[in-house]
Amino acid sequence: MNLVQTVDWAVIAPPVIAAVAAVALLVADLFLPAARKALLGWGAAAALAVALLALLPLRDGDRATFCLPGDPDLCSYAADRFAVTVQLLVLGGAFLAALLSIPETEDGAVPGGEFWFLLLSSAAGAALLPAARDLATLIIALEVTTLPAYALVALRRGGSAGPEAALKFFLSSVTATAVGLLGVSFVYAGAGSLYLEGIAAGLPTADPRLATLVDAGVALTLVAFAFKAAAVPFHFWVPETYVGAPLPVAAYLSVVGKMAGVAGLVLVTTLAFPGYGDLWGPVAGVLAGLTMTAGNVAALRTDPEAPHSAVRLLAWSSIGQAGYLLVPIAASAYATDTIGTAVAYALMYGVVNLGAFAVAAHVARQRSAHRIADYRGLYARQPAAALALAFFLLCLAGLPPGIIGLFAKVAVFETAVDADLGVLAVVMAVNVAVALYYYLRWTAYLFRGPAATEAGPGETAGSGRPAAPLTGAIVLAALVGVVLSGAPQIILTFASGAML
Amino acid sequence: MISMNETATRLLLVAVVVLPLLGAVAALLPAPPGLRGRHGPDRDVLRHGVTVTGLVFVATLVLAAAFDHDDPGTIQAETDRSWIPALGIRLHLGVDGISLPLLVLTALLTFLCALHSYFRPPDGPRPAAFVALLLLLEAGTLATFAVLDLMLFFLAFETVLVPMYFLIARWGGAGRTAAAWKFVLYTVLGSVVMLLGLLLIGVRAGTFDMVALAEAHGDGLTHTTQLLAVLALGIGFAVKTPMWPLHSWLPDAHTAAPTTGSVLLAGVLLKMGTYGLVRIALPIAPEGMATFAPYLGAFAVAGIVYGSLACLALVRPSPDHPSRKGSALPRSRGAGGDLKRLVAYSSIGHMGFVLLGVATLTPTGVNGALFANVAHGLITGLLFFLVGALKERTGTTDLDRLAGENGAALYGRSPRFGGLLAFTAVASLGLPGLAGFWGELLAMVGAFDPAAGLSRPAFLTYLAVAAFGTLLTAAYMLLVVRRVCMGERPSGADTPPDLPDLRGYEYAAFVPLAALTVLAGLWPAVLLDLTDPAVQSLLPGVVP
Repeated sequence: MNLVQTVDWAVIAPPVIAAVAAVALLVADLFLPAARKALLGWGAAAALAVALLALLPLRDGDRATFCLPGDPDLCSYAADRFAVTVQLLVLGGAFLAALLSIPETEDGAVPGGEFWFLLLSSAAGAALLPAARDLATLIIALEVTTLPAYALVALRRGGSAGPEAALKFFLSSVTATAVGLLGVSFVYAGAGSLYLEGIAAGLPTADPRLATLVDAGVALTLVAFAFKAAAVPFHFWVPETYVGAPLPVAAYLSVVGKMAGVAGLVLVTTLAFPGYGDLWGPVAGVLAGLTMTAGNVAALRTDPEAPHSAVRLLAWSSIGQAGYLLVPIAASAYATDTIGTAVAYALMYGVVNLGAFAVAAHVARQRSAHRIADYRGLYARQPAAALALAFFLLCLAGLPPGIIGLFAKVAVFETAVDADLGVLAVVMAVNVAVALYYYLRWTAYLFRGPAATEAGPGETAGSGRPAAPLTGAIVLAALVGVVLSGAPQIILTFASGAML
Repeated sequence: MISMNETATRLLLVAVVVLPLLGAVAALLPAPPGLRGRHGPDRDVLRHGVTVTGLVFVATLVLAAAFDHDDPGTIQAETDRSWIPALGIRLHLGVDGISLPLLVLTALLTFLCALHSYFRPPDGPRPAAFVALLLLLEAGTLATFAVLDLMLFFLAFETVLVPMYFLIARWGGAGRTAAAWKFVLYTVLGSVVMLLGLLLIGVRAGTFDMVALAEAHGDGLTHTTQLLAVLALGIGFAVKTPMWPLHSWLPDAHTAAPTTGSVLLAGVLLKMGTYGLVRIALPIAPEGMATFAPYLGAFAVAGIVYGSLACLALVRPSPDHPSRKGSALPRSRGAGGDLKRLVAYSSIGHMGFVLLGVATLTPTGVNGALFANVAHGLITGLLFFLVGALKERTGTTDLDRLAGENGAALYGRSPRFGGLLAFTAVASLGLPGLAGFWGELLAMVGAFDPAAGLSRPAFLTYLAVAAFGTLLTAAYMLLVVRRVCMGERPSGADTPPDLPDLRGYEYAAFVPLAALTVLAGLWPAVLLDLTDPAVQSLLPGVVP
């Protein structure tokens, strides 16, 4: 029996490039003189850009590797349309987050070499995850994504909130991983395979005496991924972690970390447990409703005058958005071809959320209190940044002129209506209205007259112009958002076809 | 009237929707050197607003002239392009006899608002943003009336929210922040529910195309689907219209909004709700409409009476008002209210007639509803202009302060202004010969003989209640005239100063609306000939 699997390096290039660059940057950090450490950041961004380019040959989505020699249909790594699209999202998200981080590392707020190593490692894991087609690879990819994230959260020098947040994040995350591993072992006991397709084929014919065990295994596995996606009730780590983490790391977690969890959830539900739709369908629906409601209500209660309110609001709103992302997953239990809608929504969310974080990072360089009140009168000071942020926020709210946000939401609603999830659709409708309040409130702050009172705490008389990488990130995100608003078909095309 | 080929009218309609959008973007940019006037950038941008809205208005007039008036029942100037194939959304635009009057009305009112703001810039921050928002609002409203795709309709419906929010919240009067929030949250909740209804129709019927769906007349949609769809759509449209009891955002929004905001809110935005009801709910889900029509009629007449009673309470002097002293009348609980608020409440009553007309499901009633729609846009738009002008002159819209002990005596102090106000109030109460009359009459005639399958006794009751409502309307409108326009000018030391009479730009803004009110009143066929064939094709199988 031939146990040697052939490896198609071109197919696994995107995660491999990120991983190799991570090690290379760590080593390079040792030899670079302090004055030239700034190059590391640009190196990381370039590596991510190359990894993105490596997706080009894979765009047809018909390649796989690490296949069993005896059974070429069972592969551990598949670069199908879903995988390539999610890789585009996570690598693109990591690229934007890297641009956001460059000014931060240049200031010496975080140590350069370690930071870039951790960021790229995590990105490599996130890129591996959507392509993983067996549970072992999937869990490893998930851990590669999250383990560096704990360290990233704690990395800021001189901050006290960071380590505490990281510890909270770490402990709760490890618990989830342990639960997930237990679930995987139960599932393996029942199905006799770790390949997702093998599980789907094996579970219906599993030993009936193991039925309870398998059910428990399915549930526990889902819990692990729901945690990483920050679904309620596994969301409590998010706000503390975002507030404690450096802003670019929060941005990274809100998009890449979240997408990794959602992608994992999609893979296990639709590929491994398609027969258990009546088990996870309602659960995903309830989770979706709870997640969006909890996130939006908490975001609603965020006091604009409180310190860190901007980051806290983005954190809570990201939980709300995760709820919308879960709707198509819940619908996939009852209707076909809904996963593409989740991917399309995630792409929209990734672009505009990173854009919002980029403007927040820019504002934070002048007023470090991270208060929403600090955005008062931004339009008078920096019209371009204010208009960009207004556009991103309205996209997140799903109101014109953020047309892409509107249609992404429409597509999500459509999956719910199509799957006869009427109650969930109504819950989501109410949530959209609630979310509008806090997004629009923030937008309204941008255009108010500047406060007549003295400057807020933590204001420094910095120059008005954003740092070059931040400008690049804002312009890139805004450009993508505007282009998508004119031609939503570019990403909504995923919503119409089969993804998996 | 004039003949243009199909391509030209098509481009014209697209231009009508796109021009304000481009104008909104341009308003935020600095003016190019050639267009800089002597009075600084603020005047330039306001003039830019007048230019763009004027161009749009001219374009709609040309479109109306090129419209084939022999065939208003079919969609003309039609553009149909694929936009988002993934969701089946098409860029489908077109006009027929139902949408054309509303397009022209919208373009006219926005142009008059821009003109008015040019001479009387709104109090508040920079006018550049004001003009940009006004144009964005115009784009959204025009698109609402021009699109023929359900999802595009939703997009256009939502587009008006953000600009209107900012117009109220930034340029409004007292209590504007709360009022703006109330407006935007109410409407967005309604429109998201409406989206569910639209999606339900689209998913079940397999298309979002309004023309195809209207021609199918509900074929392919089960009874349950139609019921759910009309319920969801109805909530969305009822909030926008607004229908009692979902109206409570309206008085606050109107009271707080700047004059132009009020004019557009009453003249254009409210029409979007009733237009949606006629254009979408009526033809696409007829069974659902037939089920809900009696309830719609009941809410409609409740709104008529409620609006009128609220106005009556507002117009009467408050108990401690000086004019009460020594009065033989029992001390009534008048609210001594705000004139702007009164006009807002009167809108609820007038929109009640529109809803009653729709609820009859007869061509007569629906024609009446569409007529009342346009008439209300003209008359109430003018009323809000006049109330705004009154506030400029006297500094208040509070009726008790305005009227003093025995009336504000506008006839004496500012004769032309007072006369126009009285004219508009009389038009609003539905005097025969003016625009307000026909819509209400036709709606009530429709209620006298509702469509087959609807309970005639119920609709006769509605008719009686609505007729009582017209009496109440006449009562409060005449009271307004008495307290504001009439009165003796006190002589002696406390003689109130003469008020400036109508100014040139006010003539320019007000006279077109007054003239159209008379025209539509004396020659209703100009509108009915347009709407009737289109209504006939929306309501098949119903004997007129």
